[in-house]
Amino acid sequence: MSIFQRSLRGSGVLLSFFRASPPRTADTAKERLQVLLALERSSTSSWPNFLPQLQKDIMQVIKKYVEIDDDKVSIEVERGPEVSMLDINVELPAPRGSAQLQAAG
Amino acid sequence: MATIIVVTSGKGGVGKTTTAAAFGTGLALEGKKTVVVDFDVGLRNLDLIMGCERRVVFDLIDVINGDAKLNQALIKDKRVDGLQVLATSQTRDKDALTREGVEQVLEELRKEFDYIICDSPAGIEHGAQTALYFADEAIVVTNPEVSSIRDSDRMVGILASKSRRAEREEDPVRSHVLITRYDIERVKRGEMLKVEDVIEMLALPLLGVIPESQSVLQASNVGAPVVLDQESKAGQAYRDAVARYLGQHLEYRFVAAERSSFIGFGFFNRLWRRSA
Repeated sequence: MSIFQRSLRGSGVLLSFFRASPPRTADTAKERLQVLLALERSSTSSWPNFLPQLQKDIMQVIKKYVEIDDDKVSIEVERGPEVSMLDINVELPAPRGSAQLQAAG
Repeated sequence: MATIIVVTSGKGGVGKTTTAAAFGTGLALEGKKTVVVDFDVGLRNLDLIMGCERRVVFDLIDVINGDAKLNQALIKDKRVDGLQVLATSQTRDKDALTREGVEQVLEELRKEFDYIICDSPAGIEHGAQTALYFADEAIVVTNPEVSSIRDSDRMVGILASKSRRAEREEDPVRSHVLITRYDIERVKRGEMLKVEDVIEMLALPLLGVIPESQSVLQASNVGAPVVLDQESKAGQAYRDAVARYLGQHLEYRFVAAERSSFIGFGFFNRLWRRSA
């Protein structure tokens, strides 16, 4: 048996090993929960429940100027003992029209 | 003056009744006079898990309605001294569980016992709210699974806003999390949330981690709270949780692979001390 054949067989074993192991989904669970709990705590606690509406409003304003998917805007509140941070992240699409813009300008 | 502990979770099937039975029995094993009260009207099961289902003559609802004296309804455990059970009704309507009636019964129990364990029904409706209303402390039972954690977080919010302590602006209900059905092998494979992750998200002190164990089903088959089975890991973990509750600093067993248990100890130990 050649080295080539042996290594092929070896990689086959290796591949099936990887295939057999189920995906590591715990990290996904954690991420999903963190987002959800932050949102639900903000809606059930004494914290003013304006985040969902604020998110909608910001979406509408941005959509006046750029086409953007709903999931490209994230709004989170990081609560501290003294002050809380309102964290708004807007992911804009790549400037595909930048050349056009220059031409127009 | 007794301490009232509610065992709650929001989600069903995570191990509330198993925990109420095991924790209550564990407290009694430590010499504390303990009564475990079933609040799940219509779906009573605590009696079955405690193995006294054939001795229920009167129940919590009978006492509330004045149809029986408290002493007639309390069932003394035959295995452990100082342990008693107050079953609930299987046939009556949930509305029989009035807040005033429950308050009267609890006040009477307070005189006689060190600990009153309230086994809450699932959900966040009337029964669950009544079970937690008078609580001094709470054990929030959680599986390392997304829906259970979400519901637990919800319960923590309700404990903080809807309990009598919250309404009277007294010291808040002291809540602890107890993680059940923990499977180290699945955690190692990245298929199950780690203890650290659950604690980080719920931000509660960790009372204990009960490993997934076949002995829990065996215990319920025969009606003997799993804490009485000291051969089993689940039984040992419940015993640990009770000791920890009573102030001992114990290593969290069954949470990490053997080789890293030393590092794990330091980490989890800090978790408990910081928040306790």
